[in-house]
Amino acid sequence: MRQHKLALCKEHYLEWVPEQTERFIRKYGMFGHDDKILVAVSGGKDSLSLWDILVRLGYQADGLYIGLGIDAGIGYSSESHRLAEKFANDHNLKLQVVDIEKEYGQPIPVLAQISHRGHGKPCAVCGLTKRHVMNRIARDLGYDVLATGHNLDDEAAVLFGNTLSWSVEYLLRQGPVLPSADGLARKAKPLCRLYEREMTAYAILRGIEYIYEECPFAEGSTSIYYKEVLNRLENDRPGAKLTFYLRFLEARQTGLFAESKEPADYLHPCSNCGQATSAPGLCSFCRLIEKVADQAPLVSNL
Amino acid sequence: MTVKLILRDKEFEVKPGMTLLSSLQKVNVLPESVIATREGEMILEDEILKDGDVVKLIAVISGG
Ligand SMILES: [Zn+2]
Repeated sequence: MRQHKLALCKEHYLEWVPEQTERFIRKYGMFGHDDKILVAVSGGKDSLSLWDILVRLGYQADGLYIGLGIDAGIGYSSESHRLAEKFANDHNLKLQVVDIEKEYGQPIPVLAQISHRGHGKPCAVCGLTKRHVMNRIARDLGYDVLATGHNLDDEAAVLFGNTLSWSVEYLLRQGPVLPSADGLARKAKPLCRLYEREMTAYAILRGIEYIYEECPFAEGSTSIYYKEVLNRLENDRPGAKLTFYLRFLEARQTGLFAESKEPADYLHPCSNCGQATSAPGLCSFCRLIEKVADQAPLVSNL
Repeated sequence: MTVKLILRDKEFEVKPGMTLLSSLQKVNVLPESVIATREGEMILEDEILKDGDVVKLIAVISGG
């Protein structure tokens, strides 16, 4: 069981985490020292720690902060933005900032209302928007790879959800690294083998100031529920989360899921933004923005 | 006097002399879901909690 790593003294623990990360970057062929990396930074513990680790390992890594415009009475977005900027300034790093409301006319909660997606929760629209913006910035500004702070618990929870519903199309694409495709940047998850608890310890011991408040919309979410279920399992059977994830990667590699050869599964470039999408015409993000533009007069009258 | 465990806006009290692990089990908090700190220092599961200790539990789960 790996949790004993937390018993390392502080100095060794703070060396151990980057060493492990480097090992997995190489093992899964994520990127090299010549690549320009864009780290998606939310202001949370995982993404700020990832940025910190990549820079400590000598990689060329800039940050990307996406301002979602979520306030919910606690200034969630403004506080996470402040922490991302502070980290960048303190370490003399470059942070690219995209403000959703400035670029697309409305903050995420309003975009979600207009779209009628996600049963009153903005999480689906938020995920769609973040993916689009990350790909766009990576392509427009010439980054080779997009790195996200997903840890083992994130990956195990997603895997758990996709396994419960046997969503083969998602299972085929989940992994430590996703190669670039038409209009889509290569994506890497260097922390995918580190427990969420280990990442929290890293952020604390390293003195990284991160946003501790949960996104107000994440409360009661399915992904948090799956994490709790998996933590109960881990508690009774130490190592269960890692085994679940690793055995999945092995099984897929040995052909558990066959790639579909249906032509409908081929990706097309979106006619507006060029990012790959499963149906011909506009991608779901561009359709959302079109809808927002149509309803702009309605919204301003609210 | 007792041992105080604080997790977000919740406060628990346990008897002194138990390990952190037993204390967490007593108040139904999964050890896997928190990092414990005392006076700003991280403590581990076999740490014996003393009378008057205030242990801050940092939730590790984040959504997304
Ligand atoms: Zn598009």
